[in-house]
Amino acid sequence: MNNKERLELAHWTVAQAKKAGASEAAVWVGNSREIEIEYREKRIDKLQESTENGLGLSVYLNGRYSNNNTNDLRKETLGRFIEEAVAMTKYLGEDPYRSLPDPKYYEGRKDIDLDICDAKYDSVTSDQRVKLARDAEDHALSLSDKIVSCSASYSDGIYESVKVHSNGFEGSQRSTAYSLGVDVAVTDDKGARPRAWDWKTVRHFNELPAPPTYGDQAVEKALASIGQTKIESGSYDIIVENRARASLLGALEEPMNGSNLQQKNSCLEGKLGEQVFSELLTVREDPFIKGALGSGLYDPDGFPRRKRTIVEKGVLKEYLIDWYYSRKLGVEPTGAYLSNVIFELGNRSLDEMIKSMDKGILITGFIGGNSNATTGDFSFGIVGKYVEGGKVIKPINEMNISGNILEFWKQLVEIGNDPYQYSSLMRPSMSFKGASLTGV
Amino acid sequence: MARMTRRDFVKTSAKSVALASIPIIFRLDPLAAFAGPISQSRNLADYYTHFGVDEELIRQVMAAALEKGGDYCDVYFEHSIHNSIAIEDSLVNSASSGVDFGAGIRVVKGDQTGYSFTEEITPEAMKLAAKTAANIASGGKKAPPQKLSLHQTPEYYSIESPWHEVGIDQKIPRLQIIDDTMRKADSRIVKSQVYFHDYTSWILVANSAGRIVCDYQPMTRVYAFATAEKDGRKEQNYESYGGRRGLEYFTDDHLNYLASSAVTGAIELFDAVPMQGGEMEVVLGPGDSGIILHEAIGHGMEADYNRKGKSIFADTIGKPVAESFVSIVDDGTLPHHRGSINVDDEGNDTRRTYLVKDGILLTYMHDYISSKHYGVEPTGNGRRQSFRHMPVPRMTNTFMLSGPHDRDEIISSVKKGLYAGSYTNGEVNIGPGDFTFYLKSGYMIENGKLTRPVKDVNIIGNGPDVLSKIVMVGSDMAVKESAGTCGKAGQWCPVTDGMPTTKVSSITVGGVSS
Repeated sequence: MNNKERLELAHWTVAQAKKAGASEAAVWVGNSREIEIEYREKRIDKLQESTENGLGLSVYLNGRYSNNNTNDLRKETLGRFIEEAVAMTKYLGEDPYRSLPDPKYYEGRKDIDLDICDAKYDSVTSDQRVKLARDAEDHALSLSDKIVSCSASYSDGIYESVKVHSNGFEGSQRSTAYSLGVDVAVTDDKGARPRAWDWKTVRHFNELPAPPTYGDQAVEKALASIGQTKIESGSYDIIVENRARASLLGALEEPMNGSNLQQKNSCLEGKLGEQVFSELLTVREDPFIKGALGSGLYDPDGFPRRKRTIVEKGVLKEYLIDWYYSRKLGVEPTGAYLSNVIFELGNRSLDEMIKSMDKGILITGFIGGNSNATTGDFSFGIVGKYVEGGKVIKPINEMNISGNILEFWKQLVEIGNDPYQYSSLMRPSMSFKGASLTGV
Repeated sequence: MARMTRRDFVKTSAKSVALASIPIIFRLDPLAAFAGPISQSRNLADYYTHFGVDEELIRQVMAAALEKGGDYCDVYFEHSIHNSIAIEDSLVNSASSGVDFGAGIRVVKGDQTGYSFTEEITPEAMKLAAKTAANIASGGKKAPPQKLSLHQTPEYYSIESPWHEVGIDQKIPRLQIIDDTMRKADSRIVKSQVYFHDYTSWILVANSAGRIVCDYQPMTRVYAFATAEKDGRKEQNYESYGGRRGLEYFTDDHLNYLASSAVTGAIELFDAVPMQGGEMEVVLGPGDSGIILHEAIGHGMEADYNRKGKSIFADTIGKPVAESFVSIVDDGTLPHHRGSINVDDEGNDTRRTYLVKDGILLTYMHDYISSKHYGVEPTGNGRRQSFRHMPVPRMTNTFMLSGPHDRDEIISSVKKGLYAGSYTNGEVNIGPGDFTFYLKSGYMIENGKLTRPVKDVNIIGNGPDVLSKIVMVGSDMAVKESAGTCGKAGQWCPVTDGMPTTKVSSITVGGVSS
């Protein structure tokens, strides 16, 4: 089935749902094909091929709402599935805020090529795939005799979907993704096996960095972690490396969401237009970056994606509000689903930022922890490096960083010039003063 | 290697996809149109009819899977139905439902795995998937088994009212009790949400050793969230239940417990004070604290990490890792527990496995590949999320057995420290052994007494180090029947954890630093 046929199926499903009694209906039909190869000890450890189909039907019946999914797309069984989905919805209670979006909000969608689908997907051969993983592992293994475990993983996929709403929305999209990565563990003298990885995801096959680069980064990082320890608790200046998991940004985003605002679970309630964060923080959304991982033309509500500013010089400019919560809150919807997130950049590289650090910690990774959207409190485990006089002195781990986002994001003192390009959240390295860290 | 966070949970449930069962006449399951009635059956013939296969067809699929010389293959059939209901602002604002159906085919050659699956259970589609998986091997053709023999399994979760026969009209009123109770419990409660899920799976697993098993697997989980407001300060708390139970488990008493626990916890947080962080003595409360075992030792004892040399516990079997009163088990046989399984997803019997016995590191948790690698019996820990995933060694219900100390004695032995009661999530780095668990709520301990509540701090330690620092173990072992879900290798599996009141002599707690 291609997207044209999927659109026909989606329209048919919408029509059947209305015939069965739905007031409105939204249908999503999608397919993904993926291949994954894990290479270890100089041979294939795991080879997996998958093809998945799915159809999602949202039924709106005078305020009653249900969402129904199946992976069986044969029309004879779908017919029954649709009838029963509508019949089931009649048993639900009414929620006056449940409806499809007002069609006026579908208007203004761009018609441009985002270059997120590699036309050559079907010409990539198994030999090419295996070779990438093999070369990546071979190179990594050659770098150190302290390696106790090493594997390289390659995966790719093609994703196609269409979406139809009974009140006029229609969309279809295709994209591809390719990933290659190396995961390595080295041994210290005490039985610990520090581990590091390097992993890149891109939209086009020919954008994958060359296999040796992964091992170069992963092995260096793993070796540099040997002997890591916790250090004294205290207030430290910190730099968060761009490739570290975006735990702190996640803690920032969650309370901006319409559902948390409406459910009184947001510490950012009532703060729109206020200077809540450091003036250095400007966060924008740009859905139209060619070939980027988050690029798209419409969001799950069917709203056209648009460029927007969420935080400008520390002032909260926009919440993330979908159609449903816009009705409950009585405000205009802004779109709750972020595409590419970009930051206003600073002038210096991570190296330069480290060189000017007098005494502090470079956070290279987060482990565990969580944040509380209601109060803004957060606490995460960290791994990183202790820095003194602009030099990395020793690796650290087993420490926590804790705080409250309303205070912490005021302590932002520098933004790097190095947006992380292998994620839709293109965060640069960032520096904060006086963070609360606990260790010994 | 991570337990699901509150945030992830809310996101997943919002998008969740599942099929509502309604009165039986509206059973939202397209397969019912052509598959035979199966309900709670554990008879092989019913499963053959249900999946539209027979012994001969499965043997043919295996022949295709082994045609390139694989050592072993298995075929995993799954049909599952899932439903969810969300109550927000006292209205059912969303109900979702989903059906999933397919078969996964795995071929193993040494430690190497080929895997493919099909969403269509037809002879052609299955043979094509088998040929794809077969490509992991290259060598002489192997023959499929002559005969498949049913392996009988015990029954750890028989229920009265199976979810696929319970209408949504029967479920909603039960959930409204939770919501009403939360709203009425305290005038400071300003918002509440209830999320309910039920899952029903039928699985049929056959392997090239000639074994075939079938199982009916019911599951449910409920979350009650309460947000309280007082003088402009807001606090949120939740309580959850998860287990292999039917509707009959949701008695008024149980529903009231879920609601009042969520509310009491939220109100208590108004008194919470910032925690002075750092290294300190920590008393882990009974039940929920078992998450520490899951992260500190559980994942590191999954044999695949050891086979691949990634775990800090590689090469430590038979060595002392804790005081002699510490014994830690993984046990998939606890009746009705969320982590329990009658049989694992490779067709092996589940059982109690001692990870640590009397302080000595004893046994890894194995799947088929690792048990072959180590030359030991499988432990029944080969689990997978669905037919789309290959099995890997996973925990089931993981807990520490009761020890010699008294709970009061443990708390009163601490001059200044933390009493940790409930958690949202945890994570581990297998190699270095660093693990974390996030404290939802607890208390400061001052001069041997629980004093002020504390919340929202991460606790971080090193697995082997913390095991060696367990200095007291209470006699009050409990397994928390909450809705724990464990993530590993991109797959999610239901689990539970438990432990008695336990004292760790030193661990790093997040919070304000002086």
